[in-house]
Amino acid sequence: MAGPKGTSVSSQQKGKAGSSSVPAIQAAVDSLWKSYNDTTSPRLKLIDAFLVFIMLTGAAQFLYCILVTNYPFNAFLAGFASSIGQFVLTASLRSQVNPENREQFKDVSPERAFADFAFGSIVLHFFVFNFLG
Amino acid sequence: MPVAYSLPSGLSPSTVANISSLLRIGALFFVSGAAIASRLFAVINYESIIHEFDPWFNYRATRVLASKGFYEFWNWFDPTAWYPLGRVVGGTIYPGLMATSGVIYNVLRWLNLPVDIRNICVLLAPGFSAFTAWSMYMFTKEMKDESAGLLAAVFIGIAPGYISRSVAGSYDNEAIAIFLLMFTFYLWIKALKVGSAFFGTLAALFYFYMVAAWGGYAFITNMIPLHALTLLFMGRYTNRLYVAYSSWYAVGTLSSMQVPFVGFLPVRTSEHMAALGVFGLLQLVAFTDLVRSHVSSKQFQSLLRYSVAVLGLLGALTISAMTMKGWIAPWTGRFYSLWDTGYAKKYIPIIASVSEHQPTAWPSFFMDLHILIVLFPAGVFLCFNELRDEHVFIILYAVVASYFAGVMVRLMLTLTPVVCVSAAVALSTLLDRYMDPTEPEDTSVPAQIETESTSATEAKTPSKKAKKTGAATTSTTDSLDAVISSIIPASPKQKGIFGVVPRLVVIGNVVLMLSAFVAHCTWVTSNAYSSPSVVLSSNNPDGSKHIIDDFREAYYWLRQNTPTDAVVMSWWDYGYQIAGMADRPTLVDNNTWNNTHIATVGKAMSSSEEKAYPILRKHDVDYVLVIFGGLLGYSGDDINKFLWMVRIAQGVWPEEIQEPQYFTPRGEYRVDAQASETMKNSLMYKMSYYRFHELFGGGAAVDRVRNQQIPAPGPTLDYLDEAFTSDNWIVRIYQVKKEDLLGRDLKSANAFTHGKKRKRGKPLPRRKALP
Repeated sequence: MAGPKGTSVSSQQKGKAGSSSVPAIQAAVDSLWKSYNDTTSPRLKLIDAFLVFIMLTGAAQFLYCILVTNYPFNAFLAGFASSIGQFVLTASLRSQVNPENREQFKDVSPERAFADFAFGSIVLHFFVFNFLG
Repeated sequence: MPVAYSLPSGLSPSTVANISSLLRIGALFFVSGAAIASRLFAVINYESIIHEFDPWFNYRATRVLASKGFYEFWNWFDPTAWYPLGRVVGGTIYPGLMATSGVIYNVLRWLNLPVDIRNICVLLAPGFSAFTAWSMYMFTKEMKDESAGLLAAVFIGIAPGYISRSVAGSYDNEAIAIFLLMFTFYLWIKALKVGSAFFGTLAALFYFYMVAAWGGYAFITNMIPLHALTLLFMGRYTNRLYVAYSSWYAVGTLSSMQVPFVGFLPVRTSEHMAALGVFGLLQLVAFTDLVRSHVSSKQFQSLLRYSVAVLGLLGALTISAMTMKGWIAPWTGRFYSLWDTGYAKKYIPIIASVSEHQPTAWPSFFMDLHILIVLFPAGVFLCFNELRDEHVFIILYAVVASYFAGVMVRLMLTLTPVVCVSAAVALSTLLDRYMDPTEPEDTSVPAQIETESTSATEAKTPSKKAKKTGAATTSTTDSLDAVISSIIPASPKQKGIFGVVPRLVVIGNVVLMLSAFVAHCTWVTSNAYSSPSVVLSSNNPDGSKHIIDDFREAYYWLRQNTPTDAVVMSWWDYGYQIAGMADRPTLVDNNTWNNTHIATVGKAMSSSEEKAYPILRKHDVDYVLVIFGGLLGYSGDDINKFLWMVRIAQGVWPEEIQEPQYFTPRGEYRVDAQASETMKNSLMYKMSYYRFHELFGGGAAVDRVRNQQIPAPGPTLDYLDEAFTSDNWIVRIYQVKKEDLLGRDLKSANAFTHGKKRKRGKPLPRRKALP
């Protein structure tokens, strides 16, 4: 549920399919962006903003690891896994509280989804801090 | 609606619910009791000791944990194992088992119940088998219903396939691992069903416990992604799958890396790449799914699908390229030998030499699982019939585990749970049908007939439950209808079971079968799986039991009559026992991490005395211990293992040790007069048969394992002294002589003491002092 990738990935799409039918893709991306802006509730947009932020931190760490050094490999893994883990937990939260998915999550109310999210994040960060060393 | 037999009416629903839950609790309680009690044969027949080889190390490590605390244990460097090298224990074990016993030990002490740590270790496996039964109940409840869950709990409680690795005294990692395996799977199924990150995180936490406990965690690491991937390919992607898998993988992988023995393996080795690949794929699919919900253009959707396929392919290519480049380690030998079954024998003799790593024979499937192995395919078939998301898991698990159990004997252990689940599903479907008192109505639709009630105990409340679940489950059992209608004569209009008698016949048969199962399990457990390998027993002619306790006799001799730093050399099988019981440094032990070191021992055992002596001296060996079963007919002795020593030594020193030299010219492996010279001169042969013929007082000395006659003069030893031989000659301990005081060769010095004249003409080379 990588919602916020709306912008970044759509540009990726552009670059990828550029050779085949550029105007059609362009139109599709535009309609996607418009539909996203129109139909997404502010709460989900907030979550998406958080997701974008996490993704940027993850990308920054990964770039640092590639360009500079991966020397304390456990520290890199801890930081990067914290990004990844937090990302997927937040994305899980997003899909759980998304009203469109209501029928898929009959047993999970939005409040419970948030409690799950908090529990998962606490456990994740316990391991992250333990692994930072 | 006509009924076959009448049921008490007028019970309130709450009474029925209470009674059924009381029955469930009672059943689980008794199953736990049976599971624990059936594992105590060894403790009652013999005594409360640790069995086998590996558990001795676990026990020793647990003692360190109990006496010195957790941090000492975590950083424990054991200088007495792998003698010149030592072993970093904290970083080379799965600490889950020891930590569990340590926690239990401290809790009991806190409750003012000071139990000896040995008893905790001995009784840990039976205790956890009760938990396993409970977790099987929970797991199967997710698959079908409570009644199937209870059946599965009964099955796993007493199935010999699981008992074989979890009798009292078998303090091995598997003791807690099967509980963790099933509980992790239960949490995974629960997370998938509910779509809750809470259960996903819990699954990750128990996965972490499993990683800390057993190397078989790789099974979970590959089963869950396989399940997720199959669901993806079946077009069953839901957001629940995304939530469950992502939360499990993100937390689980990071947590698994906290175990020092695992370390960075989850990001570096091929065994873990499936999980990573599925994780990446799932992100893409989820994103696609989201985008699809925002646009309606069909063309765009197909384009996205296309790009998902391309990206998935790219990911797979990246992973394989990284494997090729060496950034990701390829399969380790142990795992690789599961795919290429000839691999271990060819390249890694030390893996092939373990008897547990052989393929499984048919009879052992029946011996370990009895009727369950027959019901197993039926249960898998029923899973196909319904095919909810969790049934896909059972099917995959069944296929994968069956393959692995066929390849390797010890993996029978991972097959047993799924066999129990699936047999329970099959049997409880059958019982549901035949316990249901509803009679078929005259010309009604067959769908009315097979109303399933959710549990055997609740079958007594016919209409209420039946109405609720009947509609949902009718389609699942169409194929069974055909079978039933062909068995039971009925007019073509009326299908179903009529009257009490057919019901009683079928149920009676099931009861009979289940009692046979219980009898079989008890018999197998008491006869085959409940003997401590430390103590051997034989029956006297009058039926009384004769205990052969040579191992402990010899190990305690070592413990009491040798200096504490005396190094003992033996084949690696006995390393843990020597360290545990004799408390002496050993050269090699059951943790076979250094193949060259083992090959050194193999070389020393298989070369002649003159060649072996420098090796022994260089490694400061004081005592050499061999196991010899020739007098008693104990077939697991070192002469029978000797060829593996030769093979392993040959792998490292191919020009010095050659396997064919140990055979007769006709290619036979013999120990009698026809044995080859190399064989007769080998240290192992000499140590085993030293003074053996004296026992027979001039008569023919017959080795009762090989059934061969040992030539009369018998081997002589120049470089070693016999230090101890146990009562039944099973354990023989030799002391390595020091260098001669006069600087002579020990052989010539020995010859001099025995009054033999030194031969002229061929001056013996003087031995040089060792560097």
